[in-house]
Amino acid sequence: MHPVRQKRLLWVVAIVLILGAVVGLVMYSLQQNINLFFSPTQIAQGEAPQNTTIRAGGVVVDGSVKRDPETLAVSFDVTDYEYSMTIEYLGILPDLFREGQGIVAQGEMMIDGVFKASQVLAKHDEEYMAPEVSDALKKAESKKVTGAGSAASF
Amino acid sequence: MSWAWLHKFGSPKWFFYWSYAWARPLFVSGLLVLVVGLIWGLAFAPEDYQQGNSVRIIYLHVPAAMLAQSCYLALGIAGLVGLVWRIKTAAIFINAMAPIGAVMAFIALVTGAIWGKTAWGAWWVWDARLTSMLVLFLLYMGIIALQNSLEEVALADKSAAVISLVGLINLPIIKYSVVWWNTLHQGATFTLTDKPAMPASMWLPLLVAVIGFYVLVVGLVLWRMQSDILWRERRTSWVKQEVTKHGVY
Repeated sequence: MHPVRQKRLLWVVAIVLILGAVVGLVMYSLQQNINLFFSPTQIAQGEAPQNTTIRAGGVVVDGSVKRDPETLAVSFDVTDYEYSMTIEYLGILPDLFREGQGIVAQGEMMIDGVFKASQVLAKHDEEYMAPEVSDALKKAESKKVTGAGSAASF
Repeated sequence: MSWAWLHKFGSPKWFFYWSYAWARPLFVSGLLVLVVGLIWGLAFAPEDYQQGNSVRIIYLHVPAAMLAQSCYLALGIAGLVGLVWRIKTAAIFINAMAPIGAVMAFIALVTGAIWGKTAWGAWWVWDARLTSMLVLFLLYMGIIALQNSLEEVALADKSAAVISLVGLINLPIIKYSVVWWNTLHQGATFTLTDKPAMPASMWLPLLVAVIGFYVLVVGLVLWRMQSDILWRERRTSWVKQEVTKHGVY
């Protein structure tokens, strides 16, 4: 390679590497802000800021969803399989909301330890399946182990 | 190692004649493959066990998002080549590719918002994946604006090459955003090491649509490069000869 081009190449690569390192460090220090939500463990251990709006995310615990028959109020527990917390919400839940599904709720932690959500979003994983396949899998699984809760990937 | 082949590509005239036969056939065949993939995906592929029919937007969303990133990778490489080797064709490539990539990023963002509304319950969330994709779109806009606003061509080309190259830093951030941070967007369905987390009846039409998008974009970028070459070289004798021989393209 021509020495002039070689020198230019070195300069250009060095600048990109330095900028990359700068961006990397900035994002590392902003990690708290880039993460979309806090897990129940982080909230339980006091890592989440208090008395302000935060997002909490976890898997909806099987059998924990309680709906008020009169209103749109609903309460459910979310867990990260270490800690769990109760979320209360008044409004329409997304179609994908169900037990065993990951969700992200935005709201505030109350003094009584209940998370009052103003928005609930459903998370879905990267697995896609035809409905017939999923039904067949469920049948096979319930034959194999009855009673054991299926671990939803989150 | 000899770099003579690279300098041959550096001649706009040589590139014009080398690519001339390719642009239109690639564009048309890409379009055909894309239509096949989309009809297959939208009408014949199975629905999803959780999301039902709304999962079908994946056949537009995923190819567009892949292309938006691939186009940017190509821009970054062209930026490096343009800055180090001072090759004219690299700048012509950036000029031709940036709007295509911007359209791809735009399609990915819009289809993502529609899908997000049906699956998650929100049009937009300031999630790391969504935000880094928006940054990609803005980078494309910056490149287009810069290259078109500077009067002096050499300066415009150089500035566009610098942003193209520096913006490459954003690509690993987009790719690993769902790994490094917790996000609403799900992780990758396709990885190099594992089987796809999707049945063949879904990933086959998706693959066809992706191939269609790639071929279409290659054809389109060559086509745009050719017209840009004619414009930039409009004062040269070979372009005058071409135009008098064939008329205006």
